[in-house]
Amino acid sequence: MHFDELIGHLGQHTVDGLSKGAIYALIALGYTLVYGVLRLINFAHSEVFMVGTFAVLILWTQLGVQNNPPVGQAILFLVLGLVVAAAASGGTALALERIAYRPLRRKNAPPLIFLITAIGLSLVFVELFGQVLPKLLGGVLPEAFGRPRQIVGMPTIIQQETLFTIGNTAITNIQLIVFVAAVAMMAVLDWFINRTRYGRGVRAVAQNPETAALMGVNQERVIMLIFVLGGIMAGAAALLWSMRFGFTQNSIGFVLGLKAFTAAVLGGIGNLRGALLGGLFLGIVEVYGATLFASNWEDVIAFVVLIVVLMFRPTGLLGESLGRARA
Amino acid sequence: MIDKIRSADRRRVGMLTSVGDRWRALTKWQQALGLAAFVAFLYYLPLLGIPGLTWLRTDSIEGGNNWAGVLFVCAIYVLVAIGLNVVVGLAGLLDLGYIGFFAIGAYSVALFGSVNSPVVKWIQQEFNLPPTWAVTWAICLFIAIVLTMISGVLLGWPTLRLRGDYLAIVTLGFGEIIRIVARNATGLTNGPVGISAIPGPEGAPSADNKVFGLIDAKPWYWLAITFVLIMVFLVRRLEHSRVGRAWLAVREDEDAAAVMGVYPFKFKLWAFAIGAALGGLSGFLFGSRNAFIDPTQFNANLSILFVAMVVVGGSGNMIGVSLGAVLLAYLPERFRDFADYRWLVFGLAMVLVMILRPQGLVPSRRRARELKDRAAEAEEAPAHV
Repeated sequence: MHFDELIGHLGQHTVDGLSKGAIYALIALGYTLVYGVLRLINFAHSEVFMVGTFAVLILWTQLGVQNNPPVGQAILFLVLGLVVAAAASGGTALALERIAYRPLRRKNAPPLIFLITAIGLSLVFVELFGQVLPKLLGGVLPEAFGRPRQIVGMPTIIQQETLFTIGNTAITNIQLIVFVAAVAMMAVLDWFINRTRYGRGVRAVAQNPETAALMGVNQERVIMLIFVLGGIMAGAAALLWSMRFGFTQNSIGFVLGLKAFTAAVLGGIGNLRGALLGGLFLGIVEVYGATLFASNWEDVIAFVVLIVVLMFRPTGLLGESLGRARA
Repeated sequence: MIDKIRSADRRRVGMLTSVGDRWRALTKWQQALGLAAFVAFLYYLPLLGIPGLTWLRTDSIEGGNNWAGVLFVCAIYVLVAIGLNVVVGLAGLLDLGYIGFFAIGAYSVALFGSVNSPVVKWIQQEFNLPPTWAVTWAICLFIAIVLTMISGVLLGWPTLRLRGDYLAIVTLGFGEIIRIVARNATGLTNGPVGISAIPGPEGAPSADNKVFGLIDAKPWYWLAITFVLIMVFLVRRLEHSRVGRAWLAVREDEDAAAVMGVYPFKFKLWAFAIGAALGGLSGFLFGSRNAFIDPTQFNANLSILFVAMVVVGGSGNMIGVSLGAVLLAYLPERFRDFADYRWLVFGLAMVLVMILRPQGLVPSRRRARELKDRAAEAEEAPAHV
């Protein structure tokens, strides 16, 4: 136990946790959106994120990005990365829905079958990126795919630098960008769901699918929309991840997905603002816990948080709400 | 294309059912004779030399694995599948952390039976025992079962209030927790270094072991298949008892079962504990055959493989899940060229089976009927999400 270390650098750990939690929160949105409308945990969502990181990786290696490019280029690479990752992740999420979930919904399958299908899909994606694609693209993308099943490093787009210091808390440029970008994405999504016509459709289906259908809401289109939205958010998270941690791996989604799911449950699955709260909270708890015990216990902390939350407050901190939001 | 697969599949299942019906139409003594012949064949399997069938042997291909060793793995996977089937197939609780129990079983023989384990060393010091002392294999078996049952209850107690998806994710977390604890609690488990010299029935592997040594896997297979047969018998009895019927009731409709006076929590906890014990037994055999374990052998992928065995084979049906276990353990060994793609194939198989035949390759008769009902409901009323 390292209480002194934790108390001494409380501010620093909080900042670290917040910027980590912001990424969890973005991924958590995908779980929360799908759960809110379909009452279904899209277990394969973690692989949607993984595809996003690989899209960024392939883009940057294909463009021949060097470490620390000039500012103008860096911004261009980031914007391109965001577009490509969002497209790849959104497309993957949509494909998942069309290929796997839709036939099951037609058959009125029990929830367990959805979950098992999702687990199978998640295995398929992990293997595609760990085994099949490296063999197929080995010649085309030697740097990115030379080492199947291994951690692949990415170029550093923005060098981590301390922007300003408050007390003994140093805030770096990357941490700030990650946090601000994530919160901004979520604000846009929140506005989209709560203020636009499409968002109203989503809330209507979440509240009561039959009545929404009677009122002329195209349910299939709403379901496609939420999968795409979740995918786009996962793509954004993938870009921020690539920026901050600079590596990816075919099995990267597993633990991250579990943590994002924990974040979604923590805030109240089905609740968009809850996902933000849950993500940030989990990020902080994890960093605190890793400091208190040791960094190799980090993953255990997230799972224990999940179990404790589900035991004592199964509806999360804010409760389910996509369906109960004001119409 | 899909229609073609569907109709071929329907014919296949039709054949299966007719075989099943014919079997049930036999008289008692004919069935007993058939069963005895089948069991004898199972024991003969590692020696398999019938012309025309020898291509089944995994060592008949170039660079192939020791046939009896592969059979042993099949047998312990069947044990896992039977145990997980109690949890998933009968009680309807999706447990993605089954690897945790498997690991606890393996670690209990390692921690108490091996002279290299920190636990044994501590006991030796505390009670002034000679450095060759360790807990006997048979007592380790007992410890493994007790420990896994306790851990099943410990996991189930707080989490069984959750339903469906939530339970699946929490159990997944549990499996990971066990693995990470095994890796990080260096003082207890030797951490990533692992524990060697795990004993078999004749003590730690050495030149003195005449029967249960490291080289010849045949006796190990015979031991494992004996456990499998005993467990099949016991679980079958359980399935047709009051407890088994309670599980089915809870699986189909928890609330209705509760109204009818079946206390779901109690029976779910039982399912967890019994399933855990079987997983632990399997892990115990795995650990003592391997003679060495480390935390990397218990990753989450293996847990998903276990679930795949159950759902692909036919959740709720013991013959089905055993077949699933044998297929998923055997095929990658026999067809080594595609062994690299085994996880991909498992994933695809899971998706395809769920979309085309959610009741699995060998459907349980009861479950097939239930799913038909659901499909009929879906036809009548347009699917609502």
